[in-house]
Amino acid sequence: MRSLAFIVVVITGALLIYATIDMPDLADPHSPASTHVSPRYIEKTVEETATPNMVTSVLADYRGYDTLGETTVIFTAAMACILLLRRRRK
Amino acid sequence: MIAQFEDVIIQTLCRLLIPFMQVFALYVIAHGHHSPGGGFQGGCILGASFILLCIAYDTREAKRRMSEKLNEIFCSLGVIIFGGIGVVCLILGANYLDYSILHKLLGVNIPVARSLGILGIEIGVGFTVMAAMISIFLNLASKGEHEEALILK
Repeated sequence: MRSLAFIVVVITGALLIYATIDMPDLADPHSPASTHVSPRYIEKTVEETATPNMVTSVLADYRGYDTLGETTVIFTAAMACILLLRRRRK
Repeated sequence: MIAQFEDVIIQTLCRLLIPFMQVFALYVIAHGHHSPGGGFQGGCILGASFILLCIAYDTREAKRRMSEKLNEIFCSLGVIIFGGIGVVCLILGANYLDYSILHKLLGVNIPVARSLGILGIEIGVGFTVMAAMISIFLNLASKGEHEEALILK
């Protein structure tokens, strides 16, 4: 059973490594992300959101759902910490 | 129950430092539009100021300033603010978390409304991160028994 799991892991890892060959190079100016999404944010962020800091406008406005998820993760971590560790004396 | 750790230098320094840390944290949250920063970073600094209070004094001193119940309320309040702004957008007739519709409520033009929407959710994120930092530190450092903290041995 363990050898079977090992084989599955190796095959999955090899597939993932093979898939990275098709990925654009790091910091490639012609990659799809750099030619479509990034210029749109860089050009429009001030006129659309009146926020000079692009990171903030992408984090909180264009990608608001993502940040909501992150906040919920932190909230869940705190709640789990309280529920698992806190011992209230009777 | 632990005896208060008497070290005049540390306690005086922390008493001087903590207000400045908290003001700086509020600056980082509010100034996230123009400089690096935002809710996560500012909330972390705000939480760190209470952790410093725990370390310099003791757990009870920190809990006197920020009680456990208040801390849990803050933790939930942050997520409620964030989700609530989204729901307000939904009620006004736009998509969830589409702040541009808030211009009807705030009486400003659309880009400024989106900017203010960002500020609102940053404040919510700051609340949650601050409360999470404090509760994680308190519970991990004292094994969940806040009175018998091991911090100051």
